[in-house]
Amino acid sequence: MYFHNPLKNDRCAVSEEDILEVSVWRGTGDTGEYETFQVPARESQTVLDVVTWIQQQIDPSLSYRYACRVGMCGSCAMMVNGEPRWTCRTHVKKVTRDGALQIGPLRNLPTIKDLAADMDPFFDKWIAAGGVHTPSRSRAEPIAEVSPEDPGRVEANKGIECINCSVCYAACDTVANTPDYLGPAALQRAWTLYNDSKVEDRQAVLDAVSKNNGCHNCHTQGSCTQYCPNELDPLSAIAGLKRASAKSFLFKSKEDRQ
Amino acid sequence: MNLGLYMAQRLSAMVMVPLVFGHLGVMIYAIQGGLTTAEILERTMGSLWWFLFYGCFVVAVSIHSAIGMRVIVHEVLKLRGLALELVMWAFGISILFLGARAVMAVTML
Ligand code: SF4
Ligand code: SF4
Ligand code: FES
Repeated sequence: MYFHNPLKNDRCAVSEEDILEVSVWRGTGDTGEYETFQVPARESQTVLDVVTWIQQQIDPSLSYRYACRVGMCGSCAMMVNGEPRWTCRTHVKKVTRDGALQIGPLRNLPTIKDLAADMDPFFDKWIAAGGVHTPSRSRAEPIAEVSPEDPGRVEANKGIECINCSVCYAACDTVANTPDYLGPAALQRAWTLYNDSKVEDRQAVLDAVSKNNGCHNCHTQGSCTQYCPNELDPLSAIAGLKRASAKSFLFKSKEDRQ
Repeated sequence: MNLGLYMAQRLSAMVMVPLVFGHLGVMIYAIQGGLTTAEILERTMGSLWWFLFYGCFVVAVSIHSAIGMRVIVHEVLKLRGLALELVMWAFGISILFLGARAVMAVTML
């Protein structure tokens, strides 16, 4: 465990109380340990600011990922004091425990290095859940009109603001216990497609989420909805998929719900 | 868990709901009226209705609990593939066997 002097590189004078004890996961793949840094506390500061400060002022080899810094790109998610958060919009003051922060790579995903998780399994599952859009018309045909009031459209709209941050996926205990489980984000995406009248074969979406690794594994505990920083509700989307698949099982309907 | 198992577990639960209440009612009735074992057996022996009532109960419980067990064994012990299916079937068949023996003992002459 190493301690660094934050005063050495920081121009602002800070007193003892203004220091944050930040332990950051360092390591490659499965191996590593937490390394402690002392970071000047600011009045207004996000967890991503803290990580960036460490990387710029103390250790340029610290690896992490971010892009937009305004909660749009979904690339900055990390575990903060054991809970998944979008770090660019998480205020340090709201999450510190006794002036301390522990920052680690996202749960339920392999770690590439330090705070950068490997997102491949997360996105592979989007495809496995039928998340690829298969249009019902070709580009030569006129665009199908969809009324904003259409019930399917209203339902789909609830899930389309997903920023693919994987916070819900990291929060899900079922993913932790059943690593093949498609997880909340991919299933929510499937639910938006199932409700999209422009999708050619909506039964195919249901079939994709009804396999061994599909929506029926969900225990309905709702960590996904609890933690989604965009206030989306994957839990209800999954409940919708369960209902729709049960209906299609009972009535053997190959038609769309319309 | 796939859709087939999910439906089997939900449908068996639906079958169990009225049967559980029926079973509780029967127990309360039997105790309040002070029925002896002999009196109970007198009513159940040779009764097709009691055979069907508890027979359905046992079948539903076997299906429901075996699928639930499968989930627990998969998530806690990380068992998967053929081993997982075998555990589910072995558990379900054992419960079915034990339950069927009990039902036959009290309803068949
Ligand atoms: S509700 Fe389902 S998808 Fe959401 S965290 Fe729980 S198990 Fe995972
Ligand atoms: S549903 Fe929410 S938590 Fe999950 S990936 Fe999308 S934005 Fe992130
Ligand atoms: S950096 Fe883009 S969402 Fe945080």
